[in-house]
Amino acid sequence: MAQRKAFRWHIAVFLAPAVLVYTAIMIVPLFGTLNLSLFNTGEGGRVFVGLRNFATLFGDPRWSASFWNALGNNAWFFLVHMLVQNPVGVALAALLSSPRLRGAAFYRTAIFIPTILSFVIVGFVWKLILSPIWGIAPGMLDAVGLKSLFAPWLGREGTALTTLALISVWQFVGIPMMLIYAALLSIPDEVIEAAEMDGVTGWSQFWKIKLPLILPSIGIISILTFVGNFNAFDLIYVTQGALAGPNFSTDILGTFLYRTFFGFQLQIGDPHMGATIATAMFGIILLGVGFYLFAIQRRLRRYQF
Amino acid sequence: MSQARHSTARSLAAHAVLILYTAIALFPVFVVVINSFKNRRAIFADPLAVPGPESFDLVGYRTVLAQGDFVLYFQNSLIVTVASLFFVLLFGAMAAFALSEYRFRGNMLMGLYLALGIMIPIRLGTVAILQMMVASGLVNTLTALVLVYTAQGLPLAVFILSEFMRGVSDDLKNAGRIDGLSEYTIFFRLVLPLVRPAMATVAVFTMIPIWNDLWFPLILAPSEATKTVTLGSQVFIGQFVTNWNAVLAALSLAILPVLVLYLIFSRQLIRGITAGAVK
Repeated sequence: MAQRKAFRWHIAVFLAPAVLVYTAIMIVPLFGTLNLSLFNTGEGGRVFVGLRNFATLFGDPRWSASFWNALGNNAWFFLVHMLVQNPVGVALAALLSSPRLRGAAFYRTAIFIPTILSFVIVGFVWKLILSPIWGIAPGMLDAVGLKSLFAPWLGREGTALTTLALISVWQFVGIPMMLIYAALLSIPDEVIEAAEMDGVTGWSQFWKIKLPLILPSIGIISILTFVGNFNAFDLIYVTQGALAGPNFSTDILGTFLYRTFFGFQLQIGDPHMGATIATAMFGIILLGVGFYLFAIQRRLRRYQF
Repeated sequence: MSQARHSTARSLAAHAVLILYTAIALFPVFVVVINSFKNRRAIFADPLAVPGPESFDLVGYRTVLAQGDFVLYFQNSLIVTVASLFFVLLFGAMAAFALSEYRFRGNMLMGLYLALGIMIPIRLGTVAILQMMVASGLVNTLTALVLVYTAQGLPLAVFILSEFMRGVSDDLKNAGRIDGLSEYTIFFRLVLPLVRPAMATVAVFTMIPIWNDLWFPLILAPSEATKTVTLGSQVFIGQFVTNWNAVLAALSLAILPVLVLYLIFSRQLIRGITAGAVK
């Protein structure tokens, strides 16, 4: 009976390509970057400096001011998404899933279109529309008698970041819409019929029956938004450049990482500080994901039909 | 009677909100495309008018085609996207099959290991990826991009496909085994055709971020010969900021291919999502 089953080579063959590519291109560089943050260039090449890069990032006023500025902006960027993108996405999905709605397929397809466009397109299109030179935005506000509200929103320190966050919301609202829509469709008819028998219809049906059932999907969307936002870079880079102007008011962690790693204009790129910032971002994302998995997801009740 | 009127009012309100939002979603794209066909004066005089016989002008498109090497950029994007997609689907499906079909030691652990990449963005490893590509001489090659995008797409592909493969009937596979088919034949001949809808979903989810990515082309392959459409139009627009005709034409040219692809695949995409892939 000591005879063991022969090694099943086909399992290894099936797994090998994916595991090899994934490990070599994703996991190893990720840990390589974490490792790199512990070194710096000194006399005679690379020297081990322990946590001194982190001391610089958090202790040196020039670095720490930039870091906290980027982190604060990033947090605001995320908050705008949570407060605007997800509720709008849920509302659109709720409307789309109402029974016997004509043209639902058309609305769904159309509202998802911004999501498939690249940041380059989205960034420039909005830059043109909001530009005071072209005058589409002021012209339209004028038509409804609100011309006085117009300002070069992207060019002002106070409004640039919120404007960019809203542009990003415009682009990505299709994702929560689609996922919630799918979740709403999967609620069995019996549950809805039972609610109707009990006289729960319309809005109260949404709040009391459907919303609790789609909470797990909202949770997943929130964490996807979190990871996406704290890793964002493209939109800011395209519209405001690597300097994230005006006066760094739109600087988020992604642009800060890019500037530090590659340098810009007068600053020389610094791979070690870049790796340090990437490690800090890694920590932030890990904290967020961990918080979600242990504090939120476990409390969400899942229903099986 | 009042019930019926009530529901008509409600559905009218629903349509009103949806039409309003659809307009918000499509308006910017519409403005850019119509203005790309107008001459410079008409662009500024009346930006919201559709091009008429007087204002119609293709000068923007001529500038773009004469100045930018968009055919090459387009070709690069196509090669990178198709090659990455092929490897993600093939390797992802193979790994998903191994994880969902066989019970072996470390199965759970391997699944978790591969799922890690869904939550942790590959960009954080950029510093080390660039060093690795420099060391292996792959900087400014499309191969570097294909490798990175394959690694980036695999975690989600494995996750979604293994969920789907659990639903493939065991009886079918066992019938194949009794008929003497090898495990490879069972995978390629029996299982793959059955999960084709899931493959389409994964394909769309993988394709969009690859086609639209700016970060890795900017860092790993910024040379003229390897620019992708996204990077190419970013650089082009940066140089032609004041030439509005050219900028608008370049934007329209960048929008159209994605739009066409999306309209072809959209039914497949929605069916895939609602079939329970991503819930």
